[in-house]
Amino acid sequence: MSEAKEQGLLAELPGDLMMWVLIISELLVFGAGLAAFLAVRISDPAGFADAQDHLDRAAGGLNTAVLVTSGLCAALANRDGAQGQRKQARLWLAGAAALGLVFLWVKAIEYGDKLSAGIGTETHPFFTFYYLLTGFHAAHVVAGIVILGFIACYDSPRNLETGTAFWHMVDLIWVLLFPVIYLLR
Amino acid sequence: MKYQTQKIAQAYFLVAMALFAIQVSGGLLAGWIYISPNTLSELLPFNIVRMLHTNSLVVWLLLGFMGAAYFLIPEESEQEIHSPFLAYLTLIIMVVGTLGVVVTYIFNLFEGNAILGQEGREFLEQPLWVKAGIVVAALIFLYNVSMTLLKGKKTAISSVLLIGLWGLALLFLFAFYNPANLALDKKYWWYVIHLWVEGVWELIMASILAFLMLKLTGVDREIVEKWLYVIVATALFSGILGTGHHYYWIGTPGYWQWIGSIFSTLEVVPFFGMMAFAFVMVWKGQRDHPNKAALLWALGCAVLAFFGAGVWGFMHTLHGVNYYSHGTQITAAHGHLAFFGAYVALNLAIFTYAFPILKNRDPYNQVLNMASFWLMAGGMTFMTFVLTFAGVVQTHLQRVMGENFMDVQDQIEIFYIMRFGSGIAVVLGALLFIYAVLAPRKEVIEPGHMQQRAAAE
Repeated sequence: MSEAKEQGLLAELPGDLMMWVLIISELLVFGAGLAAFLAVRISDPAGFADAQDHLDRAAGGLNTAVLVTSGLCAALANRDGAQGQRKQARLWLAGAAALGLVFLWVKAIEYGDKLSAGIGTETHPFFTFYYLLTGFHAAHVVAGIVILGFIACYDSPRNLETGTAFWHMVDLIWVLLFPVIYLLR
Repeated sequence: MKYQTQKIAQAYFLVAMALFAIQVSGGLLAGWIYISPNTLSELLPFNIVRMLHTNSLVVWLLLGFMGAAYFLIPEESEQEIHSPFLAYLTLIIMVVGTLGVVVTYIFNLFEGNAILGQEGREFLEQPLWVKAGIVVAALIFLYNVSMTLLKGKKTAISSVLLIGLWGLALLFLFAFYNPANLALDKKYWWYVIHLWVEGVWELIMASILAFLMLKLTGVDREIVEKWLYVIVATALFSGILGTGHHYYWIGTPGYWQWIGSIFSTLEVVPFFGMMAFAFVMVWKGQRDHPNKAALLWALGCAVLAFFGAGVWGFMHTLHGVNYYSHGTQITAAHGHLAFFGAYVALNLAIFTYAFPILKNRDPYNQVLNMASFWLMAGGMTFMTFVLTFAGVVQTHLQRVMGENFMDVQDQIEIFYIMRFGSGIAVVLGALLFIYAVLAPRKEVIEPGHMQQRAAAE
């Protein structure tokens, strides 16, 4: 492949190249985490099923709807920002971030219920992965809200692309985590 | 030499090479103690020899990095070093501190004294006054190079180097915390050494490699910088939480097993990136730089770091594997090739590149330098293989069959004898390297027919 072509392909990616390096790294980490979860699950399917029954599937489902809707807001912010409608774009970003906070609030209630029921990271391997994967994801939601705030302040179309790409990744990872951890029997 | 203050690097490199010679000699002695365990057991116990071997390694690598900074920052920022006096003062403090540590290790003169005496630790063992001296030296050094950079041009290479050096100094501060609990002591020890070698040192390594590639291959700075950013991002992403692979069995919660396994597996990525970077630059490069030995060391560094740190690290980083292999000769195999490949070879690469320039002579003939590369690299890979075999046998006998530690040691003696032989090769290589760098060769070697043809085209 010629030099110019190579540069061209990388340049076609929306947003900053480094964000894509980060996104691929994150997908590798969560992918490996889910693969490890599934591998350990094989060793104790009944124990994993019992443990899973302690999860609040309705809260997980609600959070899925919340985060996907938030992703829509981010996409609309990106579209409006590209058309120069900066105020509109900022409103959509605020909406996306607010829904991110709703997600964290629901998540906090879930963690509180688990902890008050005496379920910790060492209770069962299922919960080690539950806390690890959803906790690590929640940390990314926090980081994502900070990034959304940042791009609302510095709202060049390129920054919007870079920031919302991160937010979509957070969204995508939840859509992978939710069925595997909460629903898979 | 474009800038007069680059000359400072030479003093650092000379002290570093002297310590290098001492370090490998100490390694040879430790290798002999494996064969004949009572050697010097009263005068210089094995734990002291080992600590000298590992800690003098760290110190000479640091001096090499500092010298490299004094060499490349003037060139990158197009600016003389802020204060040559402070640069030499830092070196003097480091040398006095190093001597103080060695004397304290060996003679233990001030037993129990909080400032002058030993702290009773395994690795972060320096008397308090030396630790304070290191911090003062680091602050002066960082002030000096930061001022230089602030006055001059800021390039990606010098910025990444400076961030790495700042991180290095800040992380050392954890050495001042000495908890009574041994598990906590280990935990904070890794904040220093792991976050160094698998975190900020990788930044230093990537930036020095990038500088060498820029000079040796003539590839556009823009392309070099893009690679540099990607390597640095993947190094920090994987390396910081990769610390978890030291927290499997020291009493930390079980989730560290998964955090450590997953993130440290990804630590292979930046090392692969550095290897790919070095080779792609050489393939794309148009420049036929006469310093072929520096190129050999730079490529050797990238390859051996990938195998030593990347492949050999991955081999025992998953906690399911490490449960059996922890603390066996597998670890020693990985440690040797990783440090040699990543940081020793890197330092020797920048020495090889810099010395002809510092001494203001063309790299006439580097046959001896290249021979020292193959002697050291060959010796070190042989040692790595031998220790790996020893570690596999040890793991099986000791951890699977449950045999007693010393019974197992008797059965793997043959590997220790072979390791001693490869150690001799490494020491000879190191001495040959020092001689080759310092003593000029007068006769010019005719280029081979390949190069002549390339020149004719």
